[in-house]
Amino acid sequence: MISNVEAILEGPRTEFTIFGLPITESVVNTWLVMAVLIILALIFRRNLQVYPDKRQNVVEAIVEAVSGLVNTTMGQKNKGFMPYIGTLFFLLLFSNLLGIFGLRPPTADFSVTIAYGIVTFFCIHYFAIKAKGWSYIKGMGEPFIFLLPMNLIGEVAKPFSLGMRLYGNLLGGSVIMAMISGAVALFVPAVASIYFDLFSGILQSFIFVMLTMVFITLAKDDDE
Amino acid sequence: MVWNELAVAAFAVIGAAIAMIGGGLGPAIGQGYAAGKGVEAVGRQPEAQSKIMTTMLLGQAVAETTGIYSLVVALLLLGIVNRIL
Repeated sequence: MISNVEAILEGPRTEFTIFGLPITESVVNTWLVMAVLIILALIFRRNLQVYPDKRQNVVEAIVEAVSGLVNTTMGQKNKGFMPYIGTLFFLLLFSNLLGIFGLRPPTADFSVTIAYGIVTFFCIHYFAIKAKGWSYIKGMGEPFIFLLPMNLIGEVAKPFSLGMRLYGNLLGGSVIMAMISGAVALFVPAVASIYFDLFSGILQSFIFVMLTMVFITLAKDDDE
Repeated sequence: MVWNELAVAAFAVIGAAIAMIGGGLGPAIGQGYAAGKGVEAVGRQPEAQSKIMTTMLLGQAVAETTGIYSLVVALLLLGIVNRIL
């Protein structure tokens, strides 16, 4: 079973290549997550009514929970971020939970998580420059101009640490799960999976979207 | 196998262990401290429990980052060992 751990540490397999471009396991599994999300969305949006039935009640509860989270974290005036935050949360959640089904989670690949981090990076600076304009760029040189490199490094470190946190947690979880299921075959892996796959997966996707929201709000809104 | 390579593998394993000692201790202390303060805050203001919980988890996640860095470093070192042996 040590070979299983080694396979995880080696990184995602290359499934096939298109025009010399390697398509790895992470990409294929992300396609799977996308397909599941799209099918769920298509099922849940069919005949929505004013007086909701059971199915629609569930969806409305989820949407209200996400929108309440965005309202309390980012403030009432930033509630337009709710669709993006909700999409990101469910994409990350389903990606992280793939480990339960014995597939390799796409988020246990640094290329995937750093890509999500870079999306957040561009979100932060786009909305900050849009809201504050030139004074935001000038704010990078505050309080002295000598601190400009420090501030720039701090900004670059944000997506890096976001991506690294998600990647490290998921990879560590996968490795530990492989070790446990190699050591004990019965019952114990099931209990451990509740923590390492389910709890950790939900918590990490929640933390990723929370930090995204906090960073965007901090950069965008004036500190009154 | 050359002795040199064996020495590299041995030191890589030791390095991974040391990285995990440091990276395990620091975040553990920090997270425990945050959790203790969170419990205190809930004891003082039980009505704000959900907000305190969110803030606590967020702070713990940030405190965990250094631990995750050392985990990644340790895994990279073990990757070197795998390549040599």
